[in-house]
Amino acid sequence: MYQFIYDLTGNVIISTLVTAVFPLVNVLIVALIGVYLERKISAWIQDRVGPNRVGPFGLFQTVADFIKMMQKEDATPTDIDGKLYNLAPVLVFTGCFAAYAAIPFSSQLIGSEVEVGIFFILAVSSFTVAGILMAGWSSNNKYALLGAMRSAAQIVSYEIPTALVVLSMVMLMGTLSLTKISEMQTAYFWNWNILGGATLGLSKFLLIPFMIVGFIIIFISTLAEVNRTPFDIPEAESELVAGYFTEYCGMKWAMFMLAEYGNMFAVSAIVSILFFGGYHSPFGYLGNSLGINWLIPYEQAFWFVAKGWFFILVQMWLRWTLPRLRVDQLMSLCWKYLIPYAVVNLVVIGIISLL
Amino acid sequence: MSLKTETMVLNMGPQHPSTHGVLRLELKIDGELVLDVKPHLGYLHRCFEKHAEAMQYNQVVPYTDRLDYLAAMGNNWGYALAVEKLMGIQVPERVEYIRVIVAELQRIASHQVALGSNAADIGAFTPFLYLFRDREHILSIFEDTCGARMLYNYIWVGGLSHDIHPDFVKKVKEFVSYYKATIIELDNLLSYNKIFIERTANIGVLPLDTAINFGASGPALRGSGIPFDLRRDDPYSIYDRFDFEIPVGKGLQGQVGDCWDRYYVRVREMEQSLRIIEQAIDHIPEGDVQSAIPKRIKPPKGTVYTRIENPRGELGYFIISDGNTNPFRVKVRAPSFVNLEVLGELCKGHLVADVIAILGSIDIVLGEVDR
Repeated sequence: MYQFIYDLTGNVIISTLVTAVFPLVNVLIVALIGVYLERKISAWIQDRVGPNRVGPFGLFQTVADFIKMMQKEDATPTDIDGKLYNLAPVLVFTGCFAAYAAIPFSSQLIGSEVEVGIFFILAVSSFTVAGILMAGWSSNNKYALLGAMRSAAQIVSYEIPTALVVLSMVMLMGTLSLTKISEMQTAYFWNWNILGGATLGLSKFLLIPFMIVGFIIIFISTLAEVNRTPFDIPEAESELVAGYFTEYCGMKWAMFMLAEYGNMFAVSAIVSILFFGGYHSPFGYLGNSLGINWLIPYEQAFWFVAKGWFFILVQMWLRWTLPRLRVDQLMSLCWKYLIPYAVVNLVVIGIISLL
Repeated sequence: MSLKTETMVLNMGPQHPSTHGVLRLELKIDGELVLDVKPHLGYLHRCFEKHAEAMQYNQVVPYTDRLDYLAAMGNNWGYALAVEKLMGIQVPERVEYIRVIVAELQRIASHQVALGSNAADIGAFTPFLYLFRDREHILSIFEDTCGARMLYNYIWVGGLSHDIHPDFVKKVKEFVSYYKATIIELDNLLSYNKIFIERTANIGVLPLDTAINFGASGPALRGSGIPFDLRRDDPYSIYDRFDFEIPVGKGLQGQVGDCWDRYYVRVREMEQSLRIIEQAIDHIPEGDVQSAIPKRIKPPKGTVYTRIENPRGELGYFIISDGNTNPFRVKVRAPSFVNLEVLGELCKGHLVADVIAILGSIDIVLGEVDR
């Protein structure tokens, strides 16, 4: 992306700045749209109207909320562990925001082209656990503590199936770079990994069922990693008030919220890169057929964002349809079902890729 | 090195999203495991029983609304029945029919809140709003009838405060046919949802003998498998004229008397209430609803106890009259209060999340618990 901006502007400072600010802007935009969509979609699912007062169709509701959050008094409870309490939201937000640096929005639009992109994202998003534990511990609140303990157990457990599925994909593709994984699924949708990848042959057709299993496992476990219903146990509103961020308010609370929506998009992006062709269009490019080369990156960005939002919509749909699992059921789902299936899947994909 | 662990005391309430008002539960927990539950009551105590002694008989009626505020019609009715029995008043047929219809509508509305909040506690927010959407139809019928949506003051001693609205029959019929079809939506969305069953089946099992020993009533008792319903077993008013079934917990998804059974009994009871309304709505006789209201309520000396089947169970009024215009003593047997006592038995050995599910399935209203 640095090169792309540099070619456009010819200015080192501007291109460095734009590249650096790009992930932050992305997180904010995603959260802004995400919160609005969540409200509107939950309203449609629940036979309500949803926000319709601020701006046309209530479009500026999130902006109004954001302004409200910033104006709020930063009330802190007594006897907190001040340093940890203040650091926790920042850490949670950083984990989410750093992941955006390595997500390829198109072949050009990528904050930093890390060779080990998928590994980097898995690593930095684990920051979140530390932040959540800190928030829960420092708040001096039993609900927050319970929420944090649940959350740590949940996120650490669900990282295993996620990592196993990612591992099987990495094994198949032979690279950790997200751009390269996307490039391997180029052109049309039958080249996507969910349909067996780009290489034609027996292995392509053998792979399809295992790819679908892998996709389901990673979708479920990422859902749990970002604490969305039916796995929103750490913040289980009706049991633990608000879980680990019970005692937070104002901007600190908003940072947890931003991180949640940011993470939703980040995991959707990973799923779409690994299985659904990343930024590639399913039907080829308008830019190619018209002979306008500069159009292609924009088209790619459009497809990438569209795929990401599609999975976010599925997450929202699930949230407003399903009840919440209990903490032991959540754990047994992970350890008794997802991890064994993920391991078997890994082995089978390994064998097929040897063929 | 040995690790020392401690049990933690968690104060759930009085400000908590799932304690359905101002109940405070003192949980003794070991990690997530609940060792002991101690409910603390009294945050909503309004001295209803003492107040009643200072008022004339008909002035007590609005106060009864505020006991079980989700089923105010039933509270009015129970009190009116008690005073009528004391004075030997026979109310007109028209009044009886209207009372049955509004009480059954109220039972549906009350169960809708109970089921919805039980679902919302478990994390399913959408069924909650669907149920409230349907409840809105009932509330608007009540609003047409007596001007209030929650605290009706509708059933008076010897009659009703207002006659029904001209559109009443039409609207009730519309609602019955609408809701008969919509109740299936609830079954599809929640009752047979795999996660919901996982969360409620085999949780908070209330054995029949424990239920009887604790004096539980209503869906909490019927969920344990005994078809005890005052509308049939000690019929008051004109309930002996209607044909309806008494749903009981059968342990379809787990053991008999678990949270799912108590939930399911309520769903099926709503259907039976619709059946009763269907049978009654076409037979409301003509007449004056206020003809039997006494000019001056001054019952003879004596005591009376009446009980009716409220949505939450057996609602009893015990009244002592000393021959004055004020009652000498009014005692309410509140079903929520009695049912709540079983909570400690049910929660032991479950997880924190189950306490919420169990509390929701018992369905308490704090206005009635604390009075």
